[in-house]
Amino acid sequence: MAGSPPPPPPSLDAPSLDMDVALRQGAFDLEAAVTAGPGLTVLFGQSGSGKSTLIDLVAGLRRPDRGRIAVGGVPLVDTASGLWLPPHRRRVGYVFQEARLLPHLTVRQNLLYGRWFARRHLTVEAPTLDSVADLLGIAPLLARRPAGLSGGEKARVALGRALLAAPRILLMDEPLAALDESRKAEILPYLERLRDQVGLPILYVTHAVAEVARLATTVVMLDQGRVRAVGAPSSLWSRPDLMDLTGGAEAGSLLDAVVGERTGDGLIPLDTPAGRILVPHLPTELAPGSRTRLRIPARDVLLSDRAPQGLSALNILPGVVSDVRLEEDGSRVVRLDCVGATVLARVTGTSAAALAIAPGRPLWAIVKAVALDPAT
Amino acid sequence: MIDLGLATLGFGPDEVAAIHLSLKVAIWATLAALPPGIAVALALARGRFWGRDLLNGVIHLPLILPPVVTGYGLLLLMGRQGLIGKPLSSLGIVFAFNWTGAALAAGVMGFPLMVRAIRLSIEAVDAKLEQAAGTLGAPPVWVFATVTLPLMLPGVLAGSVLAFAKALGEFGATITFVSNIPGRTQTLSGAIYAYTQSPGGDAGALRLVAVSVALSLAALLLSETLARSVSRRIGGLS
Repeated sequence: MAGSPPPPPPSLDAPSLDMDVALRQGAFDLEAAVTAGPGLTVLFGQSGSGKSTLIDLVAGLRRPDRGRIAVGGVPLVDTASGLWLPPHRRRVGYVFQEARLLPHLTVRQNLLYGRWFARRHLTVEAPTLDSVADLLGIAPLLARRPAGLSGGEKARVALGRALLAAPRILLMDEPLAALDESRKAEILPYLERLRDQVGLPILYVTHAVAEVARLATTVVMLDQGRVRAVGAPSSLWSRPDLMDLTGGAEAGSLLDAVVGERTGDGLIPLDTPAGRILVPHLPTELAPGSRTRLRIPARDVLLSDRAPQGLSALNILPGVVSDVRLEEDGSRVVRLDCVGATVLARVTGTSAAALAIAPGRPLWAIVKAVALDPAT
Repeated sequence: MIDLGLATLGFGPDEVAAIHLSLKVAIWATLAALPPGIAVALALARGRFWGRDLLNGVIHLPLILPPVVTGYGLLLLMGRQGLIGKPLSSLGIVFAFNWTGAALAAGVMGFPLMVRAIRLSIEAVDAKLEQAAGTLGAPPVWVFATVTLPLMLPGVLAGSVLAFAKALGEFGATITFVSNIPGRTQTLSGAIYAYTQSPGGDAGALRLVAVSVALSLAALLLSETLARSVSRRIGGLS
């Protein structure tokens, strides 16, 4: 836009995203400072927590009452100095929940839509149409129009379109929420490849624990317009003070794991801080040696007061009770400290009494192999 | 103007002139009304300004006023001694008793129909798509040209056809503003009217009525075909 000053050059070690904003809209009150480094940062929270508002602020689809936002050291908004870049000058790649492909253009034209506007920013490393089409498996769709695509295909084209506009950061607003389970499973590997191969910082909004387990490098936990906690998923999901956000019906633990070599009886060992866990199958893209994250739902963990024998379950982890929490339905969520890692188990009040569960008590957690699902 | 070969079909020279003039007037009226029509429709659909309802009312006046009032208003404003017509005529632009005046009258009468159709189509364009185009780096003018305009095309087409059909049949405002001079301002409707006013004119009137029906039908069919192909493109069934 004529007249506005050119943005200052980015400093080299600036965080990918640095924002400190306040916005009040009726009863909704947002006041949050968020910094994000490389990798995929999940904004996690219930609806109304302000997570979508935050990425809309980064994209310029909303204006903060006050505050500043910088991406890669380039200021986008600073209410103190009156700086406000319009969305088309921010170079953010926004992947919307409903894909928002342009219906009158082909897939190829949709993918290349942002290319013309980004032409001054294209470097030799910038992804090309071919490389993005390969990465996302959409090469066969190029001549089609959006109306003829499945939900999963649309999501991948929307992803590719954002990538090709040479953004400084990718913003994703629950990109999987509108898809059914099998479509989600179709997209997740592409998101992982994006995170690991493209090297672009990603800000990802979701309230699905499964997506956190699978994708997050860092999690920013939002609650009623405020940042409650920031950290690695496995540490946040083991914190008792965050149970009101990480708990509920989906309560469970997240364990970082390294994939091992398939054993003779066809099982795959996963080495976690809590011990070795065996699973019958893994997503094909997880080769031995690769890192993954396990989600163990609390309802799929049994507790025993002695080392179990003669059980069909494969995975038995010794630990010490660190915390017991009474749930609204009368059940207890037991926090078991297993060599530094935390495993959650849900038991009934009767069982809790029978096992005399209290902090400090040594117990064994029994995890059925089929209860482990790194993929979903 | 293209020679439609009407003379060989037994039409008299004044009849041929009237048919040609009608087409010329309707085409120019539609083309000239299109840019302001899109602008006004945009303002009404998207604009938030004081006097929007007033503008909406003024635009719709030709639809509800007796055409003779609209024609007389044009005469007062755009006639040789009119408020706007006088300075224009000193520049050599004359509307009164000229075919351009007929086009102006036809355009004014068709304008509300055109604006209505375009406005509806703009309101149907999903603003989220425009937002998405913006995040991809497109400045607002580009968003309009590459997203809004193509998506509202069905309404632009429908509005143009309505305005064209209205212009083709316009009578009241035209005859009041530019009279009914054979070979100069006499359109199809004017010629039919003249026939009905003269004894023994029935055969001529019927001949021209047939032409009028054929032209209107052809315009309608053309617009249907265009609209289908446009919505097929947008709907992505190809």
